[in-house]
Amino acid sequence: MSRVLTKEKLNVVNTPVEKVDGKALVRGKPVFTDDFDLPNALTVKILRSPHAHAIIKSIDTSAAMIEGVACILTYKDVPHVIYTRAGQGYPEPSPYDTFILDKKVRYVGDAVAIIAAENENIAERAMKLIKVDYEILPAVLDYEHAQDPDAPVIHNEPEISGAYDPKHNIASHYEMEIGNVEEELKKCDYTVDEVYYTPNQSHAMMETHAAISYFDPNGRLTVITSTQVPFHARRILNRLFGVNCRVIKPRIGGGFGGKQALHVEPYVVAVTLKTGRPAKCVYTREETMTASNTRHAMRFRVRAGAMKDGTLKAIELWGLSNTGAYGEHALTVFMVAGSKTLPLYNKVKAVKFGGDVVYSNTEPAGAFRGYGAPQGMFALDSALDELARKIGMDPITFKLKNSIREGETSPIFKIMGEGREGVEQIIRSCKIEECAIEGAKIFNWYEKIKKPRIDMKNKIAHGYGVAFAMQGSSIPAIDMGGATLKMNDDGTFNLLVGATDLGTGSDTILAQIAAEVLHTTVDKITVYSSDTDITPFDKGAYASSTTYVSGNAVKSAAEKMKKEILKAASELFEKPVELLDLEEDKVVCEDGRSISFSELQTKLFYTFNQRQLEVTESFVSEVAPPPYLVSFAEVEIDMETGKVKVVDFLNYIDCGVTINPVLARGQVEGASAQGIGMALFEDHIMDRNGRLITDDFFTYKIPARGDIGKIEVRFAKSYEPTGPFGAKSVSEIGLDTPGPAIANAIYDALGIRMRRLPIRSEELFFEIRKKYG
Amino acid sequence: MKVNIKINDRNYSIEIEPGEMLLETLRKLGYKGVKHACSTASCGACTVQIDGKPVLSCSTFTAAVDGHEVKTVEGFSNEGVLSEIQKAILEEGASQCGFCIPGLVVTAEALLKENPDPNQEEIIEYLKGNLCRCTGYESQTRAIMKAAKARRER
Repeated sequence: MSRVLTKEKLNVVNTPVEKVDGKALVRGKPVFTDDFDLPNALTVKILRSPHAHAIIKSIDTSAAMIEGVACILTYKDVPHVIYTRAGQGYPEPSPYDTFILDKKVRYVGDAVAIIAAENENIAERAMKLIKVDYEILPAVLDYEHAQDPDAPVIHNEPEISGAYDPKHNIASHYEMEIGNVEEELKKCDYTVDEVYYTPNQSHAMMETHAAISYFDPNGRLTVITSTQVPFHARRILNRLFGVNCRVIKPRIGGGFGGKQALHVEPYVVAVTLKTGRPAKCVYTREETMTASNTRHAMRFRVRAGAMKDGTLKAIELWGLSNTGAYGEHALTVFMVAGSKTLPLYNKVKAVKFGGDVVYSNTEPAGAFRGYGAPQGMFALDSALDELARKIGMDPITFKLKNSIREGETSPIFKIMGEGREGVEQIIRSCKIEECAIEGAKIFNWYEKIKKPRIDMKNKIAHGYGVAFAMQGSSIPAIDMGGATLKMNDDGTFNLLVGATDLGTGSDTILAQIAAEVLHTTVDKITVYSSDTDITPFDKGAYASSTTYVSGNAVKSAAEKMKKEILKAASELFEKPVELLDLEEDKVVCEDGRSISFSELQTKLFYTFNQRQLEVTESFVSEVAPPPYLVSFAEVEIDMETGKVKVVDFLNYIDCGVTINPVLARGQVEGASAQGIGMALFEDHIMDRNGRLITDDFFTYKIPARGDIGKIEVRFAKSYEPTGPFGAKSVSEIGLDTPGPAIANAIYDALGIRMRRLPIRSEELFFEIRKKYG
Repeated sequence: MKVNIKINDRNYSIEIEPGEMLLETLRKLGYKGVKHACSTASCGACTVQIDGKPVLSCSTFTAAVDGHEVKTVEGFSNEGVLSEIQKAILEEGASQCGFCIPGLVVTAEALLKENPDPNQEEIIEYLKGNLCRCTGYESQTRAIMKAAKARRER
């Protein structure tokens, strides 16, 4: 069933081609949203709520209409259309619970007014002159108290739709059970029942949110925006304002899911529609930290049971997720915490997953790389590690014994989809055994665990942890990607894709796929991506879908282009297509004749059977083949401070064939770093009024150089038959393992189980004190 | 007020606002490679060289640079020919989104000028003020080691 493609058969795919946008990026060319200066553009600033929960009793902008202010818009001046900022497919699975501006504010940072002025100084001065009278309401700042009987209701607007039980602050609810967990647990020799917490991590992409809108010379409304979802943005802007527009995504300075939502776009569009002028809004770092999106913080109670021989019998994950002030991605992120974790352990007799996603008066949560899986996997993998240790089994052996294999399935694939039912799938590529066994060898796991863990003399402890993970490749039966290829008379091709390169390198790997099929090289493929007026539709960059879905669309378009080229050459040579083939930028005929792509298209333009060779293909997947990952962590703990250093972090991953091994490695390394940040450093601290104190890079600690030891990446020999050239996804899965691997390693070192991320040194220090004095 | 600054070997005599930061001045002049990412002098994306030393332009008054020489990322690739550092960054996949890269290039150029043969620890130490959210830093360290080697062998 699975064959391993040898490198010899591939010329472009599976080679480390340099990024097609790389030369511009390393030279600092003006390619990001804020780099575009439009003549006569207004600077847009947002007045934000200082209160976590309040009603705007009155708002007076008269004093703020100083010279140089073009307009100030309040909730009275913008369309009162309820929507969700989440950039997802349609119909949207997230509740409609948000207005562009509302009479009620629901977190510190919620938008109150839009100010457009000739420059930033004027806009900021005007902002201070707006008088707002608030009626302050009691707030829910701790999501674990969102469902208290006396908790204030955050969403009492009559227009809300799609939320599960807003009167009790429940945005979404989900539950499912296969078999009977209660009964199975009773039969188990060993059980665990523990509660785990993951935090509302910030994306902290280097480029803050930014957008520009303007009318082009023909009056077409155009939006340049740093978005992961240009086509969804266009659809949602149309819903809000009732106007068609063109959305262009330039280069993006990182997104990680944070840009899978509308942030700035409605504000600039409102200003352009009001004034007719170009409008630009670039969020400050503080705004990006406090008023965009975070990861959904989650609490999971895990109950799991196994037999003495290590057979896992039952798992239950019961959760509570904090969606903050608005329910962006509320249901779908929560479901992924189960649907992209539990199928990994498909041999259990019973499995149960469920819980509530609640509103609170905190920054709205949204999509964030991993999309719930890092939260679910921290709980699940930690619990399985605890269970293995209770049984007295090596955690690698225990996890491997119970995990999924090629040719197998899990009923969860069908039961749990993206906010609805999923699709059945048989796993056609799964090299988790190689990942675990070969990874353990490279990491020297079995030698390392023989070493003593604690050096009491120097007060240093070492520990070794392992974590297993899976993810998906796309949202099956929903995600669609399109690709257009056009041949030019200079022998190059234009590849037009809706796919959204947010720094991942998707433009490059899509060009590689096209070049491979067309027997050409990447320098002959000019990629234009993410322009809603020019490129075909693509769902956008999320759900680990681009390589798989957009990649398959490009492959299919390239194959169709190949047929078109052969057909044209067959007409020219008067030979059947079967006697022709492509070879190094030309068509070769069995009789020894050949014609270059350039010559062929030139003839087709001017002298022979005249036509433009151009094709468009779309791809929707019926399945979402999971990549698999086993990560090994070595930590060093200073027992006198509780400081944890990740000395070595080895990832052994099955992501199918890597289209570009260097870029794929970068995805895994980067995800590991973000996961290490989530596990150890990145912490949101709020004051008692709900204001985020950790609102910049000074106070919100993302890993810096030197905070991370060695991160290694190895690729399993794997081939996914449904993927383009055997590829699966690679971008998200790396974030699933650092949390549990590090927590497991800390336990291995000290016998102390940390069940809440981030693992703060102070907390670990106090635990060390308790245990070791 | 008026200041005289040499930017990437070109002399400017410019009017600036009181309190204007070098980051703002450079971007206004079209040096868009100088990136604004944090405003708190904590990320290194706005790094430029002043008289050959890496400095954060977001927290440097333009007035303080009067009479000095500024070099931005745009000054490090001659006529579009990439420097060894830029080449190595591409080869090692050390630029993902690319937003931190101009600051990294400018700082790494200063490092290699001071220390043509840095080891891994020296690279990490010198560049610790340059944050990157995409790469996990491994590829960037590899790139600078490679660039240093290429430069020594030039």
